[in-house]
Order: sequence, then C-alpha cells, then structure tokens
Amino acid sequence: MNRRQIRKARNGAFLALSVAATVVGLACLAAILWTLVSNGVAGMSSRVFTEMTPPPGASGGLLNAIFGSGVMTLLGICMGSPIGMLAGTYLAEYGRSSRLSTVIRFINDILLSAPSIIIGLFIYEILVIRMGHFSAIAGSVALAVIAIPVTLRTTEDMLNLVPVGMKDASAALGAYPWRTVLSVVYPAARSGIVTGLLLAIARISGETAPLLFTALNDQFWSTKLTAPMANLPVVIFQFALSPYPDWQQLAWAGALIITVTILILSIAARIILSLMQSSGGSKP
Amino acid sequence: MMPSSKTPKSWKIRAPAAAAPDATLAPPDVKVEIQSLNFFYGAVQALFDINLKLENRSITAFIGPSGCGKSTLLRVLNRMYALYPNQRAEGEVRMDGDNILSDQVDVAELRYRVGMVFQKPTPFPMSVFDNVAFGLRLAGAARGARLKERVEEALREAAIWDEVKDLLHVDGRSLSGGQQQRLCIARAIAVRPEVLLLDEPTAALDPISTLRVEETLQTLREKFCIVVVTHNLQQAARVSNVTGFMYLGELVEIGPSSTIFTSPANRKTDDYITGRFG
Repeated sequence: MNRRQIRKARNGAFLALSVAATVVGLACLAAILWTLVSNGVAGMSSRVFTEMTPPPGASGGLLNAIFGSGVMTLLGICMGSPIGMLAGTYLAEYGRSSRLSTVIRFINDILLSAPSIIIGLFIYEILVIRMGHFSAIAGSVALAVIAIPVTLRTTEDMLNLVPVGMKDASAALGAYPWRTVLSVVYPAARSGIVTGLLLAIARISGETAPLLFTALNDQFWSTKLTAPMANLPVVIFQFALSPYPDWQQLAWAGALIITVTILILSIAARIILSLMQSSGGSKP
Repeated sequence: MMPSSKTPKSWKIRAPAAAAPDATLAPPDVKVEIQSLNFFYGAVQALFDINLKLENRSITAFIGPSGCGKSTLLRVLNRMYALYPNQRAEGEVRMDGDNILSDQVDVAELRYRVGMVFQKPTPFPMSVFDNVAFGLRLAGAARGARLKERVEEALREAAIWDEVKDLLHVDGRSLSGGQQQRLCIARAIAVRPEVLLLDEPTAALDPISTLRVEETLQTLREKFCIVVVTHNLQQAARVSNVTGFMYLGELVEIGPSSTIFTSPANRKTDDYITGRFG
C-alpha cells in the first residue's frame, strides 16, 4: 500500500468507529423510547386523567399526581425564573467584566451541574424540618432552586447575543441602562428568553429526587400548599418499585406523560429559537 | 466659501494653549470648542492634545486612516466612552461654554442634546414608528397627535417618509439596510439634538443608499451642528464645509473642505488625500 491508500484506510476506519458509536448511542435511546411507549400506551386510558392514584389492587388514575406536578412546576418556575433572569441580566448588562460576575458565573455553573438530590436535602434541612412536615411549597422551592441556574445561564447567553450597537444606540438617545434593558434588550432577546424558560420547565418537570425529600406524596386529591402533594415523578418511583401490576402499569403511563411533555416543550423551544434566528437578523 | 489660499486663524492647528481664545469671546456660531483634549484606552493614549471648534449650521468631516482616533473623538462629544470601563478623557470640551466632560454633567441629558448615528444601522426591535418615537417618549417631549407629527417630521427630514409612510407598524429591522440607516437618522434627529454625530454612516450601504443619506445630510445642515467621520474622501469633499485630517491620534490639519482637498498646508494631509498612504 502506498501512503495515499494508508491515509484513506485510516480515514475509513475512523469513520466506521464514529458511525458505530453513533449507532450504539441511538439504539439505546430508541430502545428506551420503545419500551416506554409500548408499556406506557397499554396503560393509557381516560381513567389516567380523571381518577386519583389507587390503593393496591384497586383501579385508578394519576389525576392528583398530574395536578400536583403542574402546580409545583408552575410555582417553582414562577419563583425561580425571575431570580435567574434578573441575575442573568446583571451578568450580561451591568457587571459584564466585574470580579463579582466571575464568581457568580462559577458558582452558577456548579449549581447547574449539582446532583438534584443535594438540592432536595438542602430544602429538607431548611424548610421541611422547620415546618415539621413535607409540603408542596417545599417541593416548589426545591424546583425553583433547580430552575434558577438554568434561566440565569440562558438569559445571560441570550442577552449577550443582542448587538452592542443596539445598546449603544439606546444609550446615545439618552436612555439610562434600565430603560435600555427593558425597552430594547429584552424585546430583542424575547424569543431566546422564552426558550430558556421552556427548557427550565422541561428540566424541573421530571425531577424526582428533590421532591422525594420535600413534597413527598399524597394518595388523595389535595390543593393545600402546606401539605404533602402528589406528583408524577415520585408516584412513578413508588409505583414502579411496587409488586402490584396495576401500579406498575400506571407508573409506565406516568413516565410516558412526562416524556411526551418534555418532548413537546423541547420541540417548542427549538421552533421558537429557529424562528428567532431567521428573523433576528437585519432582514426577514 | 473661504478663499483657498488663506486659512483663518481659528482653524490653526494645535494653537499654543495661551493663544486659545476664551470661550466667552468665541464667535456666536461656535457650538463646540475642544481644548487640549487627550484620550486614553486604559494606558494607551488615543488622542493627543486636540484643539478645534465646531460650528452651528455646518458639517464638519473627519478623515484619516483607520485607528487615527476620529471615531474616538466623536465618542468624546456625547461621552459614549463613559459606557466602557478604563476609558477616560482629559481636557475640555465646551458646548455653549459648558464643559461637558465635567462630572456634574448628566450624560443622559447630554446624549439627548447630542445625537449619534452609528456605522451599522441599529434599528430597535419595535415598529418603525416606535423607533423614531423612542427618544421623544424617553424625554417625555411629545404625546398623542403631537408625537405623530414629530415622528412624521423626522422621517421627512431623513428623506425616508415616502418609503415607510405605509409601513409605520412593521418591525424596523425588516427594512432594507439603507432604509434602516435613514430610520436611525430620523430617530436621532426626532429629538432635535443640537449636535448630530455620524460615525461612518454610509460604510455599510450601497451607492444609491449612500447618495440618499448624503442628500439627507445636506438638508439637515441648515438645522444642526453636524460632525461626520468617514473613510470616504469623496464623501467628505461632497458633504462637508469643514474637514479635519487626523493621523495617529493627532489633528494634523483642519480647515474649509475646499482648502483641505485642493491645497492642504500639511504634507501628510496632501499624501493622504492623494492616496499615497492610508
């Protein structure tokens, strides 16, 4: 073989390895999704959305868990995202190169990758123990703590994409920085910020560990925020580990609901982002 | 036009400090007077002892090779540099006799009086109308029907009214590049600034849009003290009454454009305008 053939063979080998790795990764993902869909669809019925979680052996649905997940996710995002967005705004617009910003960014990265069980333990320690019992509000706070670093990062990234010239032009008209941020920078980055919010919702809606330590579970319909509240991830955890086939079937259905929800949120985020990229330039 | 053989005394480059005329004695049509201006980006000095006057109802152009400090000089006049840390100006810039570099000056108010148009068009993410109304609303200068009048007036002055009068509610970013730049000019003049700064306003535009912008400048000359920085020598010759040549942070020569482009006093200016360097 001459040099050229050797190089060609090397390239072929490298390509084959890359393709093989990709196939293995995608096959795993496909297997997971297939198991989830085939088992989950079997458990899907109108009862899942209309009845409460049943005791063992009885029939029932997931209504209270779906409701609880919705409430706690909503509360969590309402508490967490304003903090994350304002902090992200500070990093991008006010303290771009200050020492404090470097520290905040570093800590935020740690928080972003912190195992969520640690955040669950933290809220257990500062809220659940002091209140004396598990509660939906503690669950929401735990989810908020997880949402903060996600929204902070996406907000900072999206605001940094707004052209400096646009900010300068606003300042050149006599606008103070807060006015520039509210009237020019936020509207320019609007779709990016919304995308970040959707991704944060997707992220916290599947969290299990922090809710185990904070909201725990409730077998019945409850709207009291100061009491334990049912939620999909913990119900899935409990039912999937149980020996009862009815419960296991409901766990599959719940897992499918969460997956589809996250999938829809992620796709919506991508669509919004691509719309922004195609219209964010100087021309449509 | 001034006779091309003689440069009036007030144009003299780098007059010794003692000879700098007192602001109170300045002729009434002087809008801005810059005295011993030095500018620093951190430890790097970008402007060296600049002395000059800018007149009302005239267009002053600054030419010179890249990095010569002409844009920096422009950014001193509305204190845009103050947005960035480590940039500082020393000396005096008197507008109507008041030193605008003083700490007591409210920069937002100063920038309201000194408008600026940037090299790249910078329409805000809002409708054409809201873009032009932005500064007026900011200052609370006009509302309702009066606001509409002022917006239309500015768009007419910027020679873009006919093109956008039916597009007032579309996003400003959907206009063409040349229209966007004239929109930005309209936005800057809507608040009726006393001084209008233009930083290479046609560098990103095609020749036809450039022509429209230049025509716009000609009509605006009657109202404002206009300062334009440009790489385009023909443009400086076409639109300006006064031209300053800058090189390596120094103002080499400033005088009536007819003089600068036909018989400059300085050898460097001559080399630059005849294309021997730069």
